[in-house]
Amino acid sequence: MNIAMWETFLRFGFFIVMVFIAGLYCMLITRNIMRALIGLELLTKGVTLLIIVAGYVTGKVALAQTMVITLIVIEVVVMAVAAGVIVSIFRHNGSLDARNLRSLKG
Amino acid sequence: MTLNTILLIIMTLMALYTVVARSLLKATIGLAVTSAVMTILMFNLDSPLAAVFELSVCTGLITVVFASAIALTKPLTHKETIEVSKNKFRRYWYLPVIMVLSGVFMAFSNIPSSLFQPQAAAGAEDVRHVLWNARQLDLFGQIIIMLAGAFSIVILFKEVRKK
Repeated sequence: MNIAMWETFLRFGFFIVMVFIAGLYCMLITRNIMRALIGLELLTKGVTLLIIVAGYVTGKVALAQTMVITLIVIEVVVMAVAAGVIVSIFRHNGSLDARNLRSLKG
Repeated sequence: MTLNTILLIIMTLMALYTVVARSLLKATIGLAVTSAVMTILMFNLDSPLAAVFELSVCTGLITVVFASAIALTKPLTHKETIEVSKNKFRRYWYLPVIMVLSGVFMAFSNIPSSLFQPQAAAGAEDVRHVLWNARQLDLFGQIIIMLAGAFSIVILFKEVRKK
């Protein structure tokens, strides 16, 4: 890997870490499960961009793209199922507050 | 300052807006804009196929899924909104501070750069070749996950309709 590529990776990595921190903070701080899901989505965005940048700087763009396509497919399934679960939780509890889930049994 | 740097700054700012936005719908829109900016970055990094997926699925489909879920859940009452707004600043003012401190730390720390150097992955010339020839078992798993997701959604919404 040459110096220019390495600098590109570091520049992208800097901002990817920022996005990652924002997503993690969102998940840890909020009590709204919908907002926690948005935080998870932000985390995934950081990972997606990191894979693409790693593929770009190592010259393996094709492999990185296939990995990202797989990641996106699984991500959308996770998000759709989680959204359905959230709607069900809301209909059951009447709230999106994660503290209400403490009454779960089992 | 290059175009990529400007886009990265916009992406980070939109991610920040997504977290601190008061309305869930605005947060979802912020997420969609983050995703759209990321798509341009992917095009710049020679990954057009992944960028198209990102734009269509993450910017489009996931935003619609989130908006639908928000629409199906009850909005906060006026009293709850005031209560949340009061605590909002107190809970979220750390985030910009943490982000700035992390940025300063990363910019000025002497972490050995070889620690984060990505290793060269398996050789692949063409996306189509990798997607259809180099991967077989994990594609099977991916199809199972997609079917599981589809069935889960059907079951969840069916139960909701019954009630």
